[in-house]
Formats: sequence, C-alpha cells, structure tokens
Amino acid sequence: MSAEYNYVLNLADNTLILGQRLSEWCGVGPFLEEDLALTNTALDIIGQAKMLLEFAAELKDSDDSADDLAFMRDQHEFKNVILVEQPNGDYSQTLLRQYFMDVYHLHLYTALSNSKNEQLAGIAAKSLKEVNYHLERSDLWIKRMAHGTEESFNRLQASLDKLWHYHHELFEESDELTELVEQGIAADPKQLKELWESEVNGLLSSTPLKIPQTGWKATGGRVGNHSEYLGLMLCEMQFLQRAYPNCEW
Amino acid sequence: MKLYEVFLRAKSGLSHKHVGSVHATDAQMAMQNARDLYTRREEGESIWVVDSTQIISSNPNDKAAYFEPAVDKIYRHPSFYPFDKEVKNI
Amino acid sequence: MYSQGLRDSKAGDDSPELLDAFQQRIDKEEKIEPRDWMPQAYRKTLIRQISQHAHSEIVGQLPEANWVTRAPSLKRKLILLAKIQDEAGHGLYLYSAAETLGESRHQMYQDLLSGKAKYSSIFNYPTLNWADAGAVGWLVDGAAIMNQVALCRTSYGPYSRAMVRICKEESFHQRQGYDIMLKMAKGSPEQKAMAQDALNRTWWPSLMMFGPSDKDSTHSDQSMKWKIKRFSNDDLRQKFIDATVPQAEYLGLSIPDKNLKYNDKIGHYDFSEIKWDELFNVIKGNGPCNQQRMDARNKAYEDGAWVREAAAVYAEKQDNKKHNKEVA
Repeated sequence: MSAEYNYVLNLADNTLILGQRLSEWCGVGPFLEEDLALTNTALDIIGQAKMLLEFAAELKDSDDSADDLAFMRDQHEFKNVILVEQPNGDYSQTLLRQYFMDVYHLHLYTALSNSKNEQLAGIAAKSLKEVNYHLERSDLWIKRMAHGTEESFNRLQASLDKLWHYHHELFEESDELTELVEQGIAADPKQLKELWESEVNGLLSSTPLKIPQTGWKATGGRVGNHSEYLGLMLCEMQFLQRAYPNCEW
Repeated sequence: MKLYEVFLRAKSGLSHKHVGSVHATDAQMAMQNARDLYTRREEGESIWVVDSTQIISSNPNDKAAYFEPAVDKIYRHPSFYPFDKEVKNI
Repeated sequence: MYSQGLRDSKAGDDSPELLDAFQQRIDKEEKIEPRDWMPQAYRKTLIRQISQHAHSEIVGQLPEANWVTRAPSLKRKLILLAKIQDEAGHGLYLYSAAETLGESRHQMYQDLLSGKAKYSSIFNYPTLNWADAGAVGWLVDGAAIMNQVALCRTSYGPYSRAMVRICKEESFHQRQGYDIMLKMAKGSPEQKAMAQDALNRTWWPSLMMFGPSDKDSTHSDQSMKWKIKRFSNDDLRQKFIDATVPQAEYLGLSIPDKNLKYNDKIGHYDFSEIKWDELFNVIKGNGPCNQQRMDARNKAYEDGAWVREAAAVYAEKQDNKKHNKEVA
C-alpha cells in the first residue's frame, strides 16, 4: 500500500472509531440538550470518516468501497490510535478524550488545509469548521468539570490519569510519514505535538489538575496492534455486513 | 438549569424571530444549546438567547387598554385619503 | 416571563362567562397564547398531552439507538443518528411548549422517571433486527405524522408552532424508514425475511398508536371542542391504514391481518378488531420493554447528575467572579 493510503487511513480510522464511540452516547446523555449536542459532534466526525474513507478507497488499488474499508477489515488492519478506541467511561472520560482529539484535529486540519494534495486539503478545510465548534464545546466542558464540584474534579483527574498516556501516539513519527511531510502532503507531527502540548498544557495548568508523570506511552495502533477494546467494537459495528455479506442496505 | 428564550435570524435582511427555549446553566451553554437544537437545518445565521426572566411582557388583561385605542385611528393609514385617479405618484 | 406562562387563572375563576368567551375565541379559530386566560382543564389537558408527547420522543430514542452502533453502512449510521437526534430535538420543542403553560420541565421529567407520566406504548416493543429501524421510520413515524399534521392546527399557539416545526423535520423520518424497508424487501431472502418479521411485529402496535377507539376514548369530546384535537382517533387510524397498505404491497410484504380488505362501498380498508387488552396492558406498564426503557432513562438521568451539578456550580462561580470584579 502507498504511504499516502496509510496516512489517509490513519486519519479516517481515528475519526471512524471516535465517531462510533460517541454514537454510543446517543439517547443517554447527561441531559437532553447535551445529548443532542454530542450527537451533533458524532455526526460531524462520522461524516469526516466517510469522506476520508472514500478518499482512502480511491487511493487503494482495488474495488473496495468506503463501506468495505469500514465494515470488512479486521482489527489488525485498522490504523487508528488506541486513544479513540478506549471505552467512553463516564462523561469526563468521554469529554477529555474528545478534547484531546479536538485540539489535535484543529491543528491537523489547519495544517492539511494547505496540503499539496488538493483532495485532502478540501476535506481538511471542510472539517476544520466543524472542529472549531467541537473544541469550543469540549474546552468549556473541561473547565466546567475542573472548576465545578469536588466530584467532577476527581472524576476528571481520574480520566486524565487514565488517558494521558494515549496522546503520544498521535504524534508518532515514521520514515514513511517524514517523506509525506517533505512532499508537502502530510502535517508535520513535530509541529502538531508542539501546538497540541502548548494548548493542552495551557488549559490544564489553569486548573488544579495534575498531569500524570509516568513513563508509559501507548503505541502500536498505527501498525495494527490495538487494545482489546477494538476487536469487540468491531464485532458490534460490523455485525450485519459480516453475517450477511454482499447485501445492499 | 435556567430557561433561555431563543431568537433566530434566518438570513441577513430579516429580523430575529422567537423560535422556542432551551435550558442551560450559563449564557454560553445556552448559546451552544440553541445552536445545536434550532439550527440543525440551516434555519439561522444569527442567534439571540435571552434569560427568560429578563423578558418583560405586556399583560393580556391590558389588551383592551393597550391595543384597542389604535383601532379607530384610521387617519394613520394612507387609505384614509382617497384622491381622483388624475393625482399620481403620491 | 414568556415561557413560564403565569398561572393567571385560578381554579375558581372558571366562570361561565369566561368559559363562554374562551369558547368563542376557539370557535373563531383564534390561537390561545401562553398568558391568555384559559380554563384550568384546558391547561391541564394540554400539559398532560404535550408532556406525554415529549416523553414519547425522548423514550422513542431508545429502540432506534439500539441499532446505531450496528447500522450496516456509513450512510445508514449517519441517517439514523440524525434521525434519533431529531427525536430528542422534538422532545425539547415540546417540553418548551409545555413549559409556557407553567409546568417546569424538571417536574414533567420527574413524572416520566417515576412512571407517573405515560408515553406512547409503541416504544415498549423491542427492535430485534435491522429492518426494525426501517419499520419504525415507515410505520411508527408514519402513524405519528398522521397525528402531528392534524395537530399543526391545534388551538394552543406554542403547541401548534412546535408541531409545524416537527412536521417539517419529520417527513424525512418516514421516507428513510421506507427506504430501509425497500432495500431489505428487494434484497436477499434473509433480508426480506427480516423485513417481513419487522412488519409483523410493528403493524398492530402502530395502529394502537392512535389511541383507543373513539367510543372508549375518555378525553376526546372536550379536546375536540377546544380544538386541542382536530380529528378523532379512529379517523386518523383509518387514514393511516388507507395510506400504508399500498406501500406494503409495493414492498411485496404482507400485512399480518387476514381481514384486511379494500371495501369499495366505503372507499376504505376494512381491518380486524384491535387487541385493546394488549394496548391497555402495555400502557399499564406490562409491555415487553417497559422496564428496560424506564431503567435506561433513569440510569441516564442518575449518571448525568454530577455533570449537571458541575455545570451549575461552575456557572455560579463564574457569576460570582464577574460580580466581584464589578464591585471592585
């Protein structure tokens, strides 16, 4: 597979799996307005996944459609970071994961809006508008939870302790990626990391939250070594296409 | 949660129109909730949210005193001044 | 305050003169607005009806959400999510309308959670295969639309305006449901079997959505007189059947009613007697999913308590900060 295909697939899978997780909240949010708002985010993100998977399908030298990529690949073929497949947990865990991804997507899509690959630039520019709003929401929710009640603070701190180790993977480098960056196609992970850390640290340091200081860093998602959660997620997501292949739905 | 009234302007050139209400803990959340609830189908390009307790409304019992005195002031309307057809552009 | 309509009228105020003047406004097709005088019973009926309707939208999210994570394509996943989200939106429009009558959403919602308030019995049936997502859109939303279109002209202004908005949005719901059914009915034998199975299970409960037969409906007469309701349960049910049978025929599916037959003399379909015992039983709480739905709503509410509290406390702290700054 081409480097470009792998790159687009990583972006696509990040959004697909995140969107799938968010959709689990549909109908059971903490209050009605928030239920609706989070579903709006899920819709945007699955919409991004659809565009990116369609593009990936074009780049792939086969007849696979976007749906084939979503519903007929096994877990080791998924390229998403492990962060997005983590369970929703409580609302602080969902919103913290969302905040991490929103900051990442904001800078990613900003950079990709100038990609030499016009199709990718187009998808990024469209998605950027959506992400701006997602971040406005998740940023505010982090502040609410951090400065809200003792319980909300404790919950958010526990989620931070749990999720922090997963963000590094978003900025992993590889020879293949470096080449794409040099060609002006992909976003530079070093720059993204800098922007991400400055923004996230900025917010967290304005709160009493403490960033965990252990050395462990999640890795492997980009090459198909996932957590146990992904396989189970896919069982659910892919059930119909697997049980009744070659059907139109 | 507080109750906020929501007003939307469908497009520039029109005025804001009351569309309903949302619940929120603060003004910013009210704005976001209004956006997510009332503009899912491009219904607006501008939103006002107003704390419901801040709206001062006329009392329906005053309807007669407030609005009926306007009924017989027909001289306020252009149709009160009929002219012959020869008089134009007025 | 606009939304929290004042309780201007007290129980003792329902004098014959006021009632008569009110009826005259209704007969002139004037809309009643939140702070206008209205009979206590009118207010009560509306609060009951609008909040029940709102509860139905909110509980109605659940059977469809059951298939969101298993939707068979990206397109279907997006459509279904958008549709379920609309249901939450419709619930909110309706709570918002009911609040103008002086009942808080909090109170209405507590009544739902405690089981005191009712919601549409249809949502106490399970969605067992993917075609149910189709059948719910086609039949359940189809039946709902029949009711809702009729309610666009209801006499209470905020209710009527909410219904207009809902009807505008709802039309895609039925079409996307039929679209799912069409793909399934024209698909593989297994898909067709799923579609038929979903129709078999959904048909009768959909007909029950129109409520008891006119002769047994307790609220109908006064509601018709006040133009809260504008068509009878039986009329709307018949209209729904007449519209839906040809659609089922086009799908090549059979409706589970041996007596269903077009009656040339009256220009309508004849159909079997509805099993009213089942309806009343489900309303009482004895449907296949009553417990499950209420558990889900209560769990979501309890799990969300700390989130709501955090937001409220944060808002309060921000207010204080602002206030302190202003004072300084």
